[in-house]
Amino acid sequence: MQMPVPDGAILARRDAIVAQLRAAVGAGTVIDDPVEARAYECDALSAYRCPPLAVALPTTTEEVAAILRLCHAEHVPVVPRGAGTSLAGGSMPTADAVVLGLARMNAVLDVSYGDRQITVQAGRTNLSVSGAVDEAGFFYAPDPSSQLACAIGGNIGMNSGGAHCLKYGVTTNNLLGVRMVLMDGTIVDLGGPMGEAPGLDLLGVVCGAEGQLGVVTEATLRILPKPAGARPVLIAFDSSETAGACVAAIIRAGVLPVAIEFMDRPCIVATENFARPGYPDCEALLIVEVEGTPPEIDEQLAVIRGIAAGFSPIEFRESRSEDESRRIWLGRKSAFGAMGQMGDYMCLDGTIPVSALPQVLRRIGELSAAAGLPVGNVFHAGDGNMHPLIIYDANRPGDLERVEALGADILRLCVQVGGCLTGEHGVGVEKRDLMPAQFSDADMEAQMRVKDVFDPRWLLNAAKVFPLHVSASRREGGRNAA
Amino acid sequence: MRPESESEIAAILRTARAPLTIIGGGTRSRPASGDVLSTRGLTGITLYEPAAMTLIARAGTPLAEIEAALAAENQRLAFEPPNRADAWAGGDPRDGEDVAPGARREASTIGGVIAANASGPRRIQSGAARDSLIGLRFVDGTGEVIANGGRVMKNVTGYDLVKLMAGSRGMLGVLTEVALRTAPVPPASVTLMLRCPAQRAVPAMTAALTGPWDISGAGWLPDLGVVLRLEGLPGSVALRARTLSARLEPFGAAGMLDEAAAAWRRLGALAAGWGPGAEDMAEDMAEGAVWRILCRPSQVDALLAANGGHEPLAMDWGGGLVILPLPAGALPALPPQARARRLSGAMMDLPLPDPVTARLNEGLRARFDPRGILAGAI
Ligand SMILES: Cc1cc2nc3c(=O)[nH]c(=O)nc-3n(C[C@H](O)[C@H](O)[C@H](O)COP(=O)(O)OP(=O)(O)OC[C@H]3O[C@@H](n4cnc5c(N)ncnc54)[C@H](O)[C@@H]3O)c2cc1C
Ligand SMILES: Cc1cc2nc3c(=O)[nH]c(=O)nc-3n(C[C@H](O)[C@H](O)[C@H](O)COP(=O)(O)OP(=O)(O)OC[C@H]3O[C@@H](n4cnc5c(N)ncnc54)[C@H](O)[C@@H]3O)c2cc1C
Repeated sequence: MQMPVPDGAILARRDAIVAQLRAAVGAGTVIDDPVEARAYECDALSAYRCPPLAVALPTTTEEVAAILRLCHAEHVPVVPRGAGTSLAGGSMPTADAVVLGLARMNAVLDVSYGDRQITVQAGRTNLSVSGAVDEAGFFYAPDPSSQLACAIGGNIGMNSGGAHCLKYGVTTNNLLGVRMVLMDGTIVDLGGPMGEAPGLDLLGVVCGAEGQLGVVTEATLRILPKPAGARPVLIAFDSSETAGACVAAIIRAGVLPVAIEFMDRPCIVATENFARPGYPDCEALLIVEVEGTPPEIDEQLAVIRGIAAGFSPIEFRESRSEDESRRIWLGRKSAFGAMGQMGDYMCLDGTIPVSALPQVLRRIGELSAAAGLPVGNVFHAGDGNMHPLIIYDANRPGDLERVEALGADILRLCVQVGGCLTGEHGVGVEKRDLMPAQFSDADMEAQMRVKDVFDPRWLLNAAKVFPLHVSASRREGGRNAA
Repeated sequence: MRPESESEIAAILRTARAPLTIIGGGTRSRPASGDVLSTRGLTGITLYEPAAMTLIARAGTPLAEIEAALAAENQRLAFEPPNRADAWAGGDPRDGEDVAPGARREASTIGGVIAANASGPRRIQSGAARDSLIGLRFVDGTGEVIANGGRVMKNVTGYDLVKLMAGSRGMLGVLTEVALRTAPVPPASVTLMLRCPAQRAVPAMTAALTGPWDISGAGWLPDLGVVLRLEGLPGSVALRARTLSARLEPFGAAGMLDEAAAAWRRLGALAAGWGPGAEDMAEDMAEGAVWRILCRPSQVDALLAANGGHEPLAMDWGGGLVILPLPAGALPALPPQARARRLSGAMMDLPLPDPVTARLNEGLRARFDPRGILAGAI
C-alpha cells in the first residue's frame, strides 16, 4: 500500500505551523509531542501506520473553522477523525497532515421528542446518542458493531450501518442535517426538515464521502420510539443454498425482521470451539430477529416458522427467554473473536445481490482452496453485505500478500455478480486501488468533481478513496497552487 | 427530441448548442424554454428480481408500468410516489384537454419521480424516493455517461451520487436508468380517522408517532381530519389499532376509515400539487397560489398563525409537510429553517437558504454542465 510522499516544505515548517495552531485555538487543543501523537498514527486497520504532523482537538465549531482556515492558508493537509475505528484506513494520517480529532465535541445540543430528532456534536459516540434518549423511550437506529466507540461524525463519514439496518436503514437514511466546516473555514448548514433543503441534496453526498468534503461538527439525527421487545430464532440448514433461499422467502413474505444474520460451517465450527453457544451441527445457520409486543412477535415467528418449514431445516430454535436469546446471539457476536483464535484474519466487506449468494459462497470456497487459506463467512444476509474472514499467519513471510490477493479476488467476484466493493466499512486506503473494478474513469471523474467544488485544493483526507494515480493531478495541483 | 437510447441522449447533449428542457411525463405542466428533450422513448424494465427486492428500469418508463409489474409479485415502491391520476378518483374534468406536446399529463415517469424526489405519505416510515434509490445511470451536460451506486441495498463504494441526483430535477444530468429497492406489500392495513380541524391535528399525530405503533402514514385532509395508517400482519395491525385508538382518546373518538387507499392516494397527490383544490387554484392564479412547506411538526401552529390562519389543503408526514394556499402575491411567512416551494403557477423556489449553499450548488452545476445545456431544466 502506497501513500503520497509527504511534502518536505510542510515538514520543514512544522514548528511554525504548530505555533500558529496554538495561537489560533489554544495550547491545550494541539498535540505535537511525537509520543502523544503516536496514538493517532492509525485507525482499526492497524497494518498501516504513519504518525501525523500534529493533532488538533477542538471543542467548538468556531475552533474547527479556525484550524481549517489556517491549514488551508498554509496548504497543510487535514485528516478528520472521530474515534479511529475505521477498518479501511479512513482516518490514517500522512506525515505532513494535521489530524483534526472531534472526540472532545460530544455534547447533546437539542432534543425534540415531538419532532423525533436530536442534535449532537459530531464526536459523540453512536451508543451514547441512544443513551441520551433512552429514558424517554427512544433510540437512534443505526448500530454498527463498534457503536460503543465510534463517533457520529465517523458514521457520517462512512455512512455506517449495523445489524438492524435491514429495517431501519443506514446512516444516510437517518440523518436530517449537519453543520459542517469546509476546508477554507466556511461554516455551512446542510439538510433541513425531513432532511430536505432547496436545491441539490448536498447532505446526501456528504454522507459517505469519507471526510473528504468537509468536517462535520454537529449532526441532527432522526430518533425512533423503541419497540416493545425483540426475539431471535435460529434456523439450521444442511446447505448454504437452502439457507439463502429461505432468506429470500422470508423477506418476500412481508414480515420485516430487523435482522437476518448468516453463518457458514467454518464460522460455526470456530464459534462453537470458542464461545460454545451450543449451535446445531449444520452447514449454515440463520439468526432472524423480529420486534414488537409479545403477541406480535409470536405472530411473526409463526409466519417465519411456516416459511422455514418449506425448506426442511435441521432445526428451528425459537428463543423463549432472555437467556436463550442471549445464547442465540452469542455465537454471532463472538464470530470475529472466534475466527481470531484460528489465526490472524482479514475481514472483507463486499456486497452482493441476495440472489447470487449460493454462487458466491461456492466460488469463495474454490478460491479459498486454491489459495490454501481458510475463509469463514458471516454476514448480514437480509441485505447481501458479506464479511468473509480470511485466516492467515501474519508472521509467515508472503502470507499477507497472498491474503491481499485472495481478498481482492473475492471483492472482484462481488462486483462481477452485480455487487460492490464495500457495504459499510468504506474505501479508505484499503480498497482505493480496487475502485476501477467497479467504476469507469468517467464515474470516478464525476465523483472527484464533487470534491473539486467542496475542497478545490484537495487538502482534506485527499489520499483516500480514489487510486493515487487517478487523483494525482488534482492533489498536485492543490499543492502547486501554494 | 425523443431519443430511444442512452447513447442517443449522450450524442444530443454532446452536440447541443442551446439549453434543453427535459421532460418525463410532463405532469408538471410549465412553459418549456428551448428544445424539449423527452425521455419517453427510453422505456422498459431491464431487471426485476423480486426475491432480491430490486428493480431496474429505464428513466422514461411510466410509473404505472412499474407499479403493475410490482403488484404482480405482491410488491410496491415503499416511498409511495404520487400519481396524478389518483388525484381525480372520480375522473379528471380536464380529460381530453390539450397538454404539453409529447406528454400525457397522467403518466409520470420513473425518471421524473426520481428527478423530483417525489415521495408520498409512507415517507415517515420508509424514507423518500432517494432512500429507495440504490443506483442510477445518467448523462451529464457534456454528454458523458456516468454510473453510480448499483443494485444492492448497502453500498459505500465512493461518493453517493445517487442521493445527489435524486431531486436534482435535471440540473446535473439526464437520468437514463434507475435501480430501486422494492418492498413487500404487507398482508394487512388499517387507517384510523379522527375528525378535527387542522389546528388540532398535529398533537394527535405526534402522540401517535412518538409511541411504538410503527405508523406508516400520518396526515390530515379537510374532509376527513387526521388519518393514521398501520400496516403489517393482521393480528399485529388489529392489536396496534386498538391500543392506538385508546391513546388518541384525549383528542376525540377515532374511527376506522373504509376505502382508505383512495384517501392516501389523494393525500399523496395533493402534496404534489395535484387534485381538487390544488389544481383549481393553479388554473386560476388570480385567486392565489399553493405552497408546499416543510417544517418541524412543532412549528405548524406558528406557521398557520403567521400566515393568516388559512386552512391547509392537506398536511402530511405528521405535520412535517403543509400544503397551504395563500392569496395571490403573498409569500409564506416561515418559522426558522422551514422550507417553502410554490406548487402551483410558476414553479418558483425561494432563494437558496444561504450564500454558501448557493455557491456549492452553482459549483456543481458548472462542473457537470459547464456549457449550461441543462439550464432549461427546472
Ligand atoms: C470492531 C469493529 C466493528 C465494526 N462494525 C461496524 C459495523 O457493524 N458497521 C459499520 O458500518 N462499520 C463498522 N465498523 C467500522 C467503523 O466503526 C465505522 O466505519 C465507524 O463509522 C467509524 O467511526 P469513527 O468515529 O471511528 O471514525 P474514524 O475511523 O475516526 O473515521 C472514519 C472516516 O470518517 C471521517 N470522519 C471522522 N469524523 C469526521 C467528521 N467529524 N467529519 C467528517 N469526516 C469525519 C474520517 O476522515 C474517516 O474517513 C467496525 C469497526 C470495528 C473496529
Ligand atoms: C419543481 C417540482 C417540484 C416537485 N416537487 C414535488 C414534491 O416535492 N413532492 C412530490 O411528491 N412531487 C413533486 N413534484 C411532482 C413530480 O413532478 C412528479 O411526481 C414526478 O416528477 C412526475 O414525473 P414526470 O415524469 O411527469 O416528470 P416531469 O413533470 O416530466 O418532470 C419533472 C421534473 O423532473 C425532470 N426530469 C424528468 N425526467 C428526467 C430525467 N430522466 N432526468 C432528469 N430530469 C428529469 C424535469 O426536467 C422536471 O424538472 C414536483 C415537480 C416539480 C417539477
